[in-house]
Amino acid sequence: MSILVLAEHNNEILKEATKKAITAASKIGDPVHVLVAGTDCANAANDAASTEGVEKVLHAENSQYKNMLSEPISELLIDLMSEYDYLVSAATTNGKNILPRVAAKLDVSQISEIISVINGKTFQRPIYAGNAIATVESSTDKNVITIRTTAFETAKESKSTAEISSIGIEKNPGLSEFIEEKVSGGERPELTSAGTIVSGGRGMQSGDNFKLLESVADKLGAAVGASRAAVDAGFVPNEYQVGQTGKVVAPELYIAVGISGAIQHLAGMKDSKVIVAINKDDEAPIFEVADYGLVADLFDAVPDLDKELEKIQK
Amino acid sequence: MKILVPVKRVVDYNVKIRVDKETNAVDLNNVKMSINPFDEIAVEEAIRIKEGGKCDEIVVVSLGPEQSKETIRNALAMGADRGIHVKTEHSPEPLLVAKVLAKIIEKESFDLIILGKQSIDDDCNQTGQMLSALLDCSIGTYASKIEIENDSFVVTREIDGGLQTIKLAKPAVLTTDLRLNEPRYASLPNIMKAKQKTIDEVDPADLQIEMQPKVVTKKVEEPPARIGGGKVDSIEDLVDKLKNVSGVI
Repeated sequence: MSILVLAEHNNEILKEATKKAITAASKIGDPVHVLVAGTDCANAANDAASTEGVEKVLHAENSQYKNMLSEPISELLIDLMSEYDYLVSAATTNGKNILPRVAAKLDVSQISEIISVINGKTFQRPIYAGNAIATVESSTDKNVITIRTTAFETAKESKSTAEISSIGIEKNPGLSEFIEEKVSGGERPELTSAGTIVSGGRGMQSGDNFKLLESVADKLGAAVGASRAAVDAGFVPNEYQVGQTGKVVAPELYIAVGISGAIQHLAGMKDSKVIVAINKDDEAPIFEVADYGLVADLFDAVPDLDKELEKIQK
Repeated sequence: MKILVPVKRVVDYNVKIRVDKETNAVDLNNVKMSINPFDEIAVEEAIRIKEGGKCDEIVVVSLGPEQSKETIRNALAMGADRGIHVKTEHSPEPLLVAKVLAKIIEKESFDLIILGKQSIDDDCNQTGQMLSALLDCSIGTYASKIEIENDSFVVTREIDGGLQTIKLAKPAVLTTDLRLNEPRYASLPNIMKAKQKTIDEVDPADLQIEMQPKVVTKKVEEPPARIGGGKVDSIEDLVDKLKNVSGVI
């Protein structure tokens, strides 16, 4: 049962999401091989080689893989998949973009965003925005699977180093061209890998008021998120959105401020370890999932929280 | 230019679904059904392209039971020109949907196919990408902006860290993200007009596609419930609990 994991990386190290995919792959079977494709990504290949559970790293160095465009990466994966039984990736935007294209070429279904491995053919996955869990069984020899990163641990660093093999398949279908990428966020951690998230909702009233949350977030080393209502109101950019239609997160601590708790938001954060809700409406549904609810005006409570955290830091 | 928009009939996004413990499935009896919200955005985008003078005809296609025709009518009332209904008992898995769509596209060619990024029932997020593979054409998922050039499309995509812009060769398959546009409401005169528009029936058997699923659902369960509802009296109390009880700060 050989398994190929598609890696995402920043040329230096693997993304945490990929290390979670490696954990999921190890639960399916072995050997687990990892494909690191890109330009100047030898360091990332080394990082993959020293990750627990990885037996071999395929390193494909080519300018056409630089931006993870679907068409060239799919071609590479389709070729490689003649040697493997499983293709696994994290359900990041890249994984979700690329893997179904490979699956269709292999004439198999994709099993999307699994949260557990029951056996090599049977998996659990959330449907209806996590309001139901389906157990699904595959009938094909080859399988293409994306994993929900919040459901798997990050693979640890290994004491030994796996073999790295350079591969050189060049097939660019030439259908797409990269123009630009605008990455926002800056210093704070990415939402999907942050240990703590401070999110604001419609109750924040304006984008300016998110500065209150940013100050708290920076004291906690947290990422800043938002509900769909806050994004739709234009307070913050789209990529802040936590929820069924945005990012699904499960940090150690999730602080929801001025968020009422629509079903679609809860679907994106209810697996967080500890949930704090600050809302002035004591009947807001967010309190039903919160471990610690505080019924208060956020414009009093958040500055107070900021001061309390400052005290602790001293 | 001709645009194809596949649409799916799903449980309305406002409905809190219930798992039926006896049938091991989501209870769909007497539940309000609607067009999948991302597909509605796809229909809207096609109409805006047509209103901009860059499209001659918009065809809407849906796979599913007889009632899927209502979903097609909704799209026609918004402004699409013609419908195709592929009659199936249930809604087939994404690979089969992609195969059916590829056959339809084989019969009459389209320059652009716009789909929702995922349906809000099975949350698979696959059909558009699979269709692009079967057609061997370019793919632009999670579009938040679409610009049309002579032989290509410039598409801005929502990716994990921000936005990516790519240029895709024509024909292309695009999938919509939430903020591509805000779909219009169909006006009453347009709802009346839509009743006169054609919906062609297609039998999947005529398309010579083996409709056997490759992945089967064995059971559906409620997720484990989260026990919340705890309250704190003050910020001091909250910080104390986070630090000393939960140990998360």
